[in-house]
Amino acid sequence: MSRRLAYDGVVAAVPVTVPYARYSTHAAHWWLGRALAALIRESGIAKADIDGVCVSSFTLGPDTAVGLMQHLGMSPRWLDHIPMGGASGVVALRRAARAVQAGDAEVIACIAGDTNHVDSFRHTVSQFSRFAQDAVYPYGAGGPNASFALLTDHYMRQYGATREDFGKLCVAQRDNALRNPHALMRKPLTLAQYLDARPITDPIHLFDCVMPCAGAEGFLVMTEERARALKLPGVRIRSTIERHNAYPDDPIQFRGGWAMDRDALYEHAGVSPADVDFVETYDDYPVINLLQFEDLGFCAKGEAPAFVREHGFTIDGSFPFNTSGGQLSVGQAGAAGGYLGLVQALRQLTNAAGDMQVADARIGLVSGFGMINYDRGLCSGAALLERGTA
Amino acid sequence: MTDATPKPKRKSPVARTRLPTLPPASRSRAALGLARAAAEGRFEMQACADCGAVQYPPREVCGSCLSERLDWREVANGGALIATTTLRHSNDAYFRERLPWRVGTVKMDAGPSVVAHVHEDCHEAGRVRLALKLDRSGQAVLHALPAEDTPNMNDSPQLRETHCDPKHRRVLVTDGRSTLGRAMVKALLDAGASTVFVGDPATWKADAGFDAFVASDPRIEPVALDVTDTDSVDRLAASIGAKVEILINTADHLRDGGVMNARDVGLARDAFDVNVLGLMRLAQAFGPTMCFRAADGTHGAVAWVNLLSIHALAALPARGAWSASKAAALSAALTLRAEFAGAGIRVVNVFPGPIDDEWEQLTPPPKLAPSAVAASVVRGLRDGVEDLYVGDVAEELRARLRDNHKAVERELGG
Repeated sequence: MSRRLAYDGVVAAVPVTVPYARYSTHAAHWWLGRALAALIRESGIAKADIDGVCVSSFTLGPDTAVGLMQHLGMSPRWLDHIPMGGASGVVALRRAARAVQAGDAEVIACIAGDTNHVDSFRHTVSQFSRFAQDAVYPYGAGGPNASFALLTDHYMRQYGATREDFGKLCVAQRDNALRNPHALMRKPLTLAQYLDARPITDPIHLFDCVMPCAGAEGFLVMTEERARALKLPGVRIRSTIERHNAYPDDPIQFRGGWAMDRDALYEHAGVSPADVDFVETYDDYPVINLLQFEDLGFCAKGEAPAFVREHGFTIDGSFPFNTSGGQLSVGQAGAAGGYLGLVQALRQLTNAAGDMQVADARIGLVSGFGMINYDRGLCSGAALLERGTA
Repeated sequence: MTDATPKPKRKSPVARTRLPTLPPASRSRAALGLARAAAEGRFEMQACADCGAVQYPPREVCGSCLSERLDWREVANGGALIATTTLRHSNDAYFRERLPWRVGTVKMDAGPSVVAHVHEDCHEAGRVRLALKLDRSGQAVLHALPAEDTPNMNDSPQLRETHCDPKHRRVLVTDGRSTLGRAMVKALLDAGASTVFVGDPATWKADAGFDAFVASDPRIEPVALDVTDTDSVDRLAASIGAKVEILINTADHLRDGGVMNARDVGLARDAFDVNVLGLMRLAQAFGPTMCFRAADGTHGAVAWVNLLSIHALAALPARGAWSASKAAALSAALTLRAEFAGAGIRVVNVFPGPIDDEWEQLTPPPKLAPSAVAASVVRGLRDGVEDLYVGDVAEELRARLRDNHKAVERELGG
């Protein structure tokens, strides 16, 4: 681990969100283009001076990041396309940070976005992966609801989590979303409403499911020096991890790749879980939040239900968590869902979170989780971020 | 415990007939190895020839040692059900019409964890048996079944989507005068068929035995059917076509005679007229209506059975013309299978060895009792297979064909 270099001299800045819509008649290119335009507008950097681009999108096909560059009239000298779903934000950040540190690019725009046509979700789900096509979709075509229902069923049975535990998180996130102008779900949610919601795929009920929507998120990665010169508040990267296909011999997923790498994460950053001021997890279903509490060291394996019962998860609670409302209340804009927590953390650490601001937030943890290729999420990542000094 | 499926009520003639939809059918080529096993009711998975690791979902190379030598092998089908869910929502039209639907994760004793359809009698967190079944799209899917058989288990709605049980269904046996035809009718009645239409190809020819047989059960309805006569086939389809849920084509014309060693093509023409053109006439007359009724209530049209012969695959020169007609019938049946696929109707091809009837008088044993063939067909319908090799002769010939088809040519010709 000691060989791993620090992310000295590089910052993430300029968190942007293209306001979400339940359905969109536009293509993914429109959403990604708007995100790039927002980055340019808010940073004051000329389009030609952005010399690196990192793209994530499920609905960009048949184009890739390359085709998107011609579409957007960009000529970057560094380009990446990260198809890692919910882990895309963290992975984009760490790839871009190293590229800027090494001088391969000066300013990298990281963008993620997807459109959502009335029937595009069904297409995405039915053709998600070869293993999904061969061995999951023919089994009821429940999509991610069914896959996560199985993980949730197993977790509840194994560790005694209850629907009330999941409900407490969902209700807290909804409270947070009420302060977020970008959230699609702006009606208050009570625990009784959560518990009474209709079953979708037992034990998953309506408010356990994210709502697919259209939207885009983005941020810039550049040298600290450049950010200071432009008077852009920057966020430092204390450490990051990623892992793919962790624990392949587990018969069913009850832990993610974070558990393999969290010691390296904290050691590299020189901080401990107790130093973290707020946490933004990937929350496509509540059970995954509980996995992240455990695997990222906030409690031991199997103790997340007790952890949930002990803490408050609103912005001013004892454990400020998914302060934008998370995907469960903001909406899941495809690959942008993998950026939501990171972009929100950048807001928190640059005092741009408005009503959602966590008081005195100095260190934030962002984690990502993505790609149910067959029976489990394959990609995991996390980043420890710190408020910049500029 | 599964409730026995009740006999369907009479349908209102003005009610809309539900049209067939199919479960998702796309598969990678490697995954079609599961279909080969399911088509014959076997349970096979990919296993690495080098390290032995069992693979699921099917792969191109071993997920453990990266060897490309992946074989399909029979593996232990036991496992533990470690998670279940009941779907109350689906993205797919076929499943939406059949909700709720139970699926689960099974940790197999053989190694992998699999997502499977889960039978209603499986206990949460209990032991299960896995079976590979063909779904209505004709693709192989895994079904978790209770570790021990339970009463009426084949009647569970999810399992019913994989098989073609004759219980409470109306069946047409195209030639009921033959020994095999009669055995077939009897087996269907024993299996709970609600009506068996029994084709009589020779109404002009009195047969007291046949008349007594027809009178022996009120569910038997004799019908005039000469498969070599298009008018006869069309008349019958116009009369009962909308009632036929399973069609079993037992019509056959078995005679000795070769290709060069025959006086003329008269015998061959007769064999082809019954075995090939007869099949086509039946398909054209009955097929479209069966397609329309493939999702009609709980007991829609489900299966089309062709009584072929193992000699459809390996010509018997002493009966060369007949062998050729059976080979041609098999080819036509494969096209028919493709044509029925869109409706989800299963085409079952039956490959028996020699059957112990008057036409096989001089064939040395072992020969199959007609009742054994009939029982095998019923079992195949209940199990939901699509290829059925019946008897030791058929099994042996098939193994020999796989081993060395050139040896089979020489040995059958000798």
